This record gives sequence, structure tokens and C-alpha cells, in this order.
Amino acid sequence: MRYTIQINGKAREVEADPQMPLLWVLRDLLDLKGTKFGCGKSFCGACTVHLNGAPTRSCVTPVSSLGSSSITTIEAIAGTPTGRAVRDAWLALDVMQCGYCQAGQVMSASALLAKNPKPSDTDIDKAMSGNICRCATYTRIRAAIKRAAGMPSADSRDTFV
Amino acid sequence: MMRANKTESRRAFLRAGVALGGGLLLDFSLPCVLNARENASSSPSTLNAFVQIANDGAVTIISKNPEIGQGIKTMLPMLIAEELDVDWADVHIEQALSDPAKYGAQFAGGSRATPLNWEALRRVGAAGRQMLVSAAAQTWSVPAAECETASGKVVHVPSKRSLSYGRLASKAATLPAPDLAQVPLKDPKNFKIIGKPHPGIDSPRVLAGEPLFGIDVAVPGMLHAVFVKSPVFGGTAVKANLDAIKSQPGVRDAFIVGGGPVFNGLASGVAIVGTNWWQLDRARELLEVTWDEGATASQSTEGFASQAATLSSQAPAIKVVSDGDVISALGSSARTLQAAYSYPFISHATLEPQNCTAHFHDGKVEIWAPTQNPDPGRKIVAKTLGLNDADITIHMIRCGGGFGRRLMNDYMVEAAWISKQAGAPIKLLWNRQDDMQHDFYRPAGFHFFKAGLDAGGKLQAFSDHFVSFGENGKAAPSADMSANEFPAKFVPHLELGISLMPLGVPTGPLRAPGSNALAYVFQSFIDEIAHAAGQDPLQYRIDLLGERRQVGAFDTGRMIDVLALVREKSGWGKRTPPKGSGMGVAFYYSHLGYFAEVVHATVGAGGKITVDKVWVAVGVGSQIINPTGAENQVQGAALDGISEALGQTITLNKGRVAQSNFNDFLLLRMNQAPPVEVHFLKTEHPPTGLGEPALPPVIPALCNALFAATGVRVRSLPIDPKLFA
Repeated sequence: MRYTIQINGKAREVEADPQMPLLWVLRDLLDLKGTKFGCGKSFCGACTVHLNGAPTRSCVTPVSSLGSSSITTIEAIAGTPTGRAVRDAWLALDVMQCGYCQAGQVMSASALLAKNPKPSDTDIDKAMSGNICRCATYTRIRAAIKRAAGMPSADSRDTFV
Repeated sequence: MMRANKTESRRAFLRAGVALGGGLLLDFSLPCVLNARENASSSPSTLNAFVQIANDGAVTIISKNPEIGQGIKTMLPMLIAEELDVDWADVHIEQALSDPAKYGAQFAGGSRATPLNWEALRRVGAAGRQMLVSAAAQTWSVPAAECETASGKVVHVPSKRSLSYGRLASKAATLPAPDLAQVPLKDPKNFKIIGKPHPGIDSPRVLAGEPLFGIDVAVPGMLHAVFVKSPVFGGTAVKANLDAIKSQPGVRDAFIVGGGPVFNGLASGVAIVGTNWWQLDRARELLEVTWDEGATASQSTEGFASQAATLSSQAPAIKVVSDGDVISALGSSARTLQAAYSYPFISHATLEPQNCTAHFHDGKVEIWAPTQNPDPGRKIVAKTLGLNDADITIHMIRCGGGFGRRLMNDYMVEAAWISKQAGAPIKLLWNRQDDMQHDFYRPAGFHFFKAGLDAGGKLQAFSDHFVSFGENGKAAPSADMSANEFPAKFVPHLELGISLMPLGVPTGPLRAPGSNALAYVFQSFIDEIAHAAGQDPLQYRIDLLGERRQVGAFDTGRMIDVLALVREKSGWGKRTPPKGSGMGVAFYYSHLGYFAEVVHATVGAGGKITVDKVWVAVGVGSQIINPTGAENQVQGAALDGISEALGQTITLNKGRVAQSNFNDFLLLRMNQAPPVEVHFLKTEHPPTGLGEPALPPVIPALCNALFAATGVRVRSLPIDPKLFA
């Protein structure tokens, strides 16, 4: 089937099986390889993109379900003010180790801050727990989200004295 | 069987490297470093295998080791750039090809990059600097001793003349190479790059979505491949419905590969090759294979546990250490304890599934591999395909995680074989289930401890019967225990012994191999001993370490100092945890690093475990080369250990791995990740590695905290919340 999908502000035409997940459309048909394959079943979040601004697991999103939805991927996220702030905070705090999950982390974090500019630690937990970081850079991911939000980035969760 | 002194243990091997001290260079062969210069008149000019300088002053530094997320592509060039005396902003870093004749050993393992390269690569930079100084001195006809360098320039101090490295490079490249062992190194107090935080060099490219990982590789004419292996390890494919598969959309070919049964080589299976990986992955759902499952189709996790229990009542088959007279000492002890501990198989679960791109053509293979250890892969590929090592070119591609999985190169030989048979370059990609069910697992283990205390609570007698895996007196990979396992040599009457069960499952190194399991059982049982003695568990450990001294390569003073540091930083003994909450401590020496860690954890309703905070005290020597990377590694390793303790298990049923994805193999997530506070204790010892040694002690520290919180011991991993419900 032929589909016209809206990716990073551009209409792109692809010939694909209706069931083909957006992840593989991006990676193998459109050569946008920043979005990563981790589990194929929406358990890890490495494939997260934005669908009309909402964080979405592209590995379980068939191309036929997209319609005229506006899709944003890691390649274009720094083009939004929130995405740019998140990217800059990620680099400033040297968040990544292997980096494989980080596109998905940045997409989830950008979606969180676009909706909730000053998230609490609990808000961060809720928004980010679908994204596995196998290197466990969670300490810095949390700090970078706070930095991007213009909040103090020190971790103050352990309070007993 | 008595194994008098297991000197070939991993740690002993590492120590041998460091014992050379200043002679580390001997261990780090750079056979052709100084002969790799060619085209001296062209730009850029090649000063040695690692350094090129262009006429405009741009410096290219080659990073020789695989990047798996440990930050090595940034850190190794820092060592060269420091001594070359250039500004980091002028440095461009390139990843080396796998070429050990040119670069020396190229691998990511054993936390060895720092001890092996700390001095060696600084000397490479210093040699380049010396050649540039000589070139300037000759140009000005002045003594080299009157010249200094800074920021990519040579300055003649008396006349204040200066020349940029770019202007000097082509002349320098024609000069004789200095003796690496003789080149002077900077006084550390003059370091400008080492010791300052340098963020990952490729991080901006990752966040721009550039195709940097193995899975992103694309070469002209490339096809995709999936490879379906027997669910029982070592099984072989007998027949399959290949014609039906070949008729599926996107499929070009499907064939049986008759490999096996070696684990780290070509396995038997069915390859499906075509134009679109997702279509191939879908086609495999229709695949019907008749497998010869082989001899291990009946093994199970439950079977191993009952076998271990039976073996525990017998004497260990292998005596690793036998000091004093444990039986008599236990008999005369004022108090005795015994406990059985166990831990499961676990998977590496790199987030990037195993993959490799290979192109067989004209009797040669070009390979693009996310690998931690390319050279053994080259040898397996050459042997399997009947080629010479020199016919195999390996590009080391950034790895989406390693953790030891990519020390094995099974995916590399699979890709090469499939490319040869398909007659095209192919990218082989495993799906998550392939990856989880065809790993080289951290071996499970069973430990049966006894201890005897005197009336004052002092540890008099200690024994461990470790029921592990292996055959013919030889432990399976990463399933061994050395004669140096603490508290060996610290207790007058002590026995460590091993019994082995045959195993048909591939095992291998997982981050801090051996240590990631042994730390848990030994440091937990020592905690039991401290509590039985009625003493503070942290102070009890310091007392057990005793006088500050060397015990073999182990420096008790360094461990006492990190214990004291973590006591101070965590407020140990000074803070009162609320009800249901406790603090636990553990230490461990591995990979030449001294680590003491405290965990604060809380048990809530229904046994719900919250890890509140982790404190890590780190003793890795005189210099933290890249502080931002170092802290990140330590925090990640500590959280990785918590992840193993809370959720990770691989179980076997009918010879098959039961888990298949992240819904049943549980990795730590954001809502479970506590703050991790890291404190580096600077000492006068040479710097050592950080990728691994922070992991082992966090697991027992967590379990000991849960005991402090609840009075319940965690004697089996992963931690079962039902224990506390």
C-alpha cells in the first residue's frame, strides 16, 4: 500500500505493508535511523517518537494507523524549543553512556516538559518509566529533565536524617 | 582434587599487568606505532599510528578500543592530547579499524583500558610532542631544551618565537621517532585535559539521530537477514519448510546452516535473507523447523537446584583453599552459623540486540561489527570460512551496550557465513527473543557456608562449598572461584571448595564476572556473621581486614580507607532510619579497584522494596582521567547491580530459556532508581578502571539493608518481595 505520512514537517510517501510498524518505516524505508529498535513490543521505549506531540512507541504503531498524524522523530526534536532545551541539558550533563536508548529518552522527556513545564520527581517517574536505560543513566536523565525545565537539578529525594 | 594455588585467576592476571608499574608499556605492545608513518610530505602528516596533524593545525587522534558506552573513545584520546599538548577543541577523534599489529590489543573488557593505557598512550602523545619540538628546534637552529609547548604551538622561550604544530607537522613526520620509554611525561599538576570533565565526543551526533550504531550500518547492495537457532542450546536444524518461507513477501532466500555445536562459533539454524528485516521477522513466524535438540533438552533450573542440594551434603570435588583445620575449629567455636545462598543465570540484555553486517566477496570478508573484542571474532570467521586472518577486515562500530556480551562474536561468524551463502552483503539482526534466549549467561551458583565465632565474636572458622557448573574439574566460563576470595587469608581456619554440575548452556563474562555473584554471597554471609557477633557490620569488616598491609595484591589499608569514607559520607551509625527502613554495607575488591558501598532501603506494605539511596566510595588511584565519565560509570554500575538484585533471572525449562523480552526479564526503570552519591578517594597508586568494580558490592549492601530494615535475610536472587510480606 502507498501511504503519505507527515514526518518532521514534511509529507513523505512510502510503499509499505499496512501492518509495517512506523519504526521500520522510519529506519528502513525513510533512512531515519535515530529511532531505535530494542524489544519490538513496546516494553523498552527505545523507539519512542511523537505522534501529534504524544510519546508513542513506534515499534507497535502500524503505518496504516497514522493517517494525517504529525510525527516528530529524534532527528527533528531540537527544532522545537522544548526539544532543544532537553537536548542541550542532555549534552551539558553528559547523560549518555552507550546512547542507544537516549533518542527514546529525549523524546519522552520532551513530551513531558511540553505538557508539564515544571515536573515533580513523581511526574518524572511516571513519564519516564517506560524507557529502559540499560546503562542505568537514570540519575543524569532525571537531572537533565530538571535542568531543561530550569529547575535545580540536584537529587533531593533521600530525606531521612 | 586439590588446586593448590589458582594463579591463573582473572585477578591474578590483572595484577601481573600492574606489578610492572612503570613497565606497563611492556604489557602494551605498540609494534608499529612509530613505523606507521608514510607520505610525510602530504597533509595531514602522520606522526605515529595514533596522531595526525594537518597543515592548519587540526589534530586527528585515533581511538583504538571499541566504544560500548564506557566512554573510551573520548578518554583514550584525552591521554594522547594531554601529552601532545594540544587544545581539546582542535582534536578530531577517529575510531581505529581492528588492527592489533598496528595498535596493540583492542578490546573492551576487564576494566583494563585505564591500567593498560594510562602510561602507554601518554607516551604516544609525548613522543609526538617531542618530534614537533625537534622540528621547531631544527628550523630555528636552537637547542630543543630551549623550547616549550602549549596549545598546539612550539615556543622558543629566549626569543619568544613560536610555530604552530600545523606548520611543523610535515617536518616532524620525517624525524626519527623517539624511544617511547624515554620520552618525558608531564607532571600531573600541569595537566590541562586529564582530570577535567570531557563529555562524550559523539553524544551530539547520537542525539541528532546519526547512524552510529551497528544496527544502523548500511552498505551498497545490502540485504537483511534473520537467523533462527534451536531453542535448546547446541541443537541442530534437520529440516524446515523453506519453500513456504521463500514465498513470503520480502524474502529472497532461506536456507539451513549446518553449524554447531560449539557455542562461540557458527550455530546451526535457518537463515532467512531478504530486502526488508521486518518482513523477514514476520516470515519467521511461519517457519517450521525440525530440530535435533541434542543431549541437554531435559535440563532445568529446578533440576540444577536439587542436584546442588544433593552435592552440598558431600565433600567438595575441588579444594580451592584449605587453611588450618575448619572442622575442629567449628567444633570448638562458641557460636556457629550456616546458610545456603543461590543466584540465577542472568542475561546481558544489551539494549541494542546482537547484529552484524558482513560482505563476503572474492575470498575476503569485510565486517561491520558492534563488538567488544574483534580479533577473536576475526579468527573464528577465518577458521569457519576457511580463510586467512588477513582476509578479514573488521570495522568496530559503536555498541548499544556491551556488558561482556559482545566479547563473544557468534553473531559475527553468522553474518559472514550468511553473506557468503547469500552472495550479497547482509545485515544480520537478532530480535529481542533471539537475544535473550541465545546469550552467554552469567552462570547461576549455589553456596553452602559455615562459620564459627569465638566468644568475643571473632571469626575463627569459615567454609564455602560452591556448587557451580563445569566438567572434568574445569569450571564453565565465569563459573569459577579463586583462592583469593575474601575472607580467604583473613581467617585462621578456612576452606573454599567447588563441586561442578555439567551444563549445556553457554555461559560467559557479565560485567564484573564472578565478582557480581561472589560479592553478593560472601558479603551477605559476612554480614550475618557480624550480626551474630553483635557488632556493627561496618566496623566488623574493618576489624576483619585487620592491620594495614598487603595480602597478595590486595591492600587492606586501601579497603579500610574506602570503608571509612563511605561510613562518613552515608552518615552510617549517625542517622536513624525510620521504621521499615535500614542501611546496609558491603565492600569488594575487583578489577584492581577498592569499593565500599552503603545502601539505604525501605520495605513497605506487601513487601514492596524501595531503594532510597546509594553511597559509593571509590579507590582507583591517583587520577580520575575523565571525572564526568567516571561518575557516570560508577552510578550506572551501582544501579545495574540493583537491577540484577531486584528483577533479573533467566530460568531453564526443558533446556530452553523461559524469558523472552523485557516483560519477563526485568531491568531497572526510572521509578526504581535511587540517587547514587559517588566519592573518589585519591591515593598515590596508579589509576585503574571503573566500568565494572562498582557493581559487585551494591548487591550485598542492598540485601544487608533489607535485613537491617526487616530482620529477614535475602539468601536467593532476585529478591523476592514475598520474603517481607
